[in-house]
Order: sequence, then C-alpha cells, then structure tokens
Amino acid sequence: MASLLFYILGFIMLTATLLCITRRNPVHAVIYLVVGFFALALMFYLLGAPLVAAWEVIVYAGAIMVLFLFIIMMLGLAPQELPEGPNWHRWGPLVLLSSSLMACTLLLIFQDPAATEIIGTYYLAPQELGEALFGRYALAVEVVSFQLLFASIGAYMLGRSLPKEDDES
Amino acid sequence: MISVYHYMSVAAILFALGTFGVLTRRNAIVVFMCIELMLNSVNLTFIALSSHLQNMDGQVFVLFVMTVAAAEAAVGLALMIAFYRNRESIDVDQINMLKW
Repeated sequence: MASLLFYILGFIMLTATLLCITRRNPVHAVIYLVVGFFALALMFYLLGAPLVAAWEVIVYAGAIMVLFLFIIMMLGLAPQELPEGPNWHRWGPLVLLSSSLMACTLLLIFQDPAATEIIGTYYLAPQELGEALFGRYALAVEVVSFQLLFASIGAYMLGRSLPKEDDES
Repeated sequence: MISVYHYMSVAAILFALGTFGVLTRRNAIVVFMCIELMLNSVNLTFIALSSHLQNMDGQVFVLFVMTVAAAEAAVGLALMIAFYRNRESIDVDQINMLKW
C-alpha cells in the first residue's frame, strides 16, 4: 500500500514539476507547482511527519505560492508570452548527457543491497516535535524568527516607493 | 518495496529539475519558483533521512529551511518589484548591470 502510494505521489510530483518548468504562462507554472507541493506534503505524511506535511501545505502551497501569484498578477505578467523559452538547440545535449548520467547513477544506487531494505515505519507526533522546537531548539527558533523580521524589513525597504530624490541628484 | 534510496532518488530528480529550470527560464519569478523547488527537494531528503534514522532532527531542520525559503521569497519578490519599476520587465537577461 505504502509503496503504491509512493509511486503514485512520485509520478504526480515529477510530472507536475516538469510541467511547471516548461510552461510559458507563469500562472500555469504556479498552479502546477502547487500540485507538486501537495504531492510532496502527502509524501511527508507517508514518511511519518504529519506536522511538516501541514507546514508544507500552509506555508508553501498556501502562503509562498499565493505571494508569487499575487506578484505575477500585480505586475500584469499573466497573458504575456516570453519571446523564447528554453533554447532546446542549445540545452538539448546538456539535458541528454546529464539525464543519462543520472540514470547510470540511479542504476548503480539500486544495485546496492541496502536498496531492498524497507524504510522503517516512523511516526513523529506533532506534540513531540513542538516540544523539541520550543525546548531543545528554542534558541534556533528565536534566531530564525529574527531572520523573518530582517527579511520583512528588507522587503519593505526594497519595495517602498521612492520619494522624488532623483530630481535633486 | 520502498527503501530510503527511493526517496533520495526522487529528491535528486526534483533538485535536477529545479536546477534545469533555473538555468533555462528567463522569467525571474519562475526562476524563484525553481529555487523553491530545489529547497523542497532538500526538505524531502531531510524527512526521508529522519524517518530512516528514526531521529527527529531532520524534521526540525525542515522548519529552518522553510523559514529561509519564506524570507528569500519575500526579499526576492521585493527585488522583482523594484526591478520592474526601473525596467518594465523581469527578464533575467536584462539584469546584467550591477551599477546604478
């Protein structure tokens, strides 16, 4: 059951990602990326991380992707076609070489006897993770909260409309 | 049957797809989305190894990676807006002048 779910979710995620990086319209790319993130969240749940799966949906698919969508629509980029997408004439050989290299690597990896070991069942309750975050890792959580504060100040400084100082200089 | 290698392989393919998107796309917002994708493949690696080693530290680090991704998205999109005000475009091929 779990292995069937893994293959279905992996297929959905890789297909959605491939469609995301090849769409011309950025809004379609955002939608496909959200589909991929939902599949990734289900995969996290499958790996016994329900709280991280919830974060994935709330923070990534909910907040960050809506921010991207908002910026795309605010700048009016949605109907605009890019003049040329990935130049397959230039990138094709590189894609071919690197994908065959990755195929060889995967073949070698799955020949390893440890590849047949079933991944152990592991379940981390949200309560345990929360206690670790606010107990053992409390200092680190404070540091990342400062990072969010600095990022919001930086985004405000970058995004504010400049006063008319260009005329003076 | 699914081993930890299966999850790591999916994460590696996701990272490669993200890198390919960063290299080939010219819309700067899509480039940012590909960077988010690469960060997410790293998250998948953390969670898979956390489950494999029966250890919660990987899941804690995912929180930090997500914070970095959120901060990067906010600052990067503010940069996009500032750039769009100057150039009326967000084509990365036009972001080639560091001087004002």
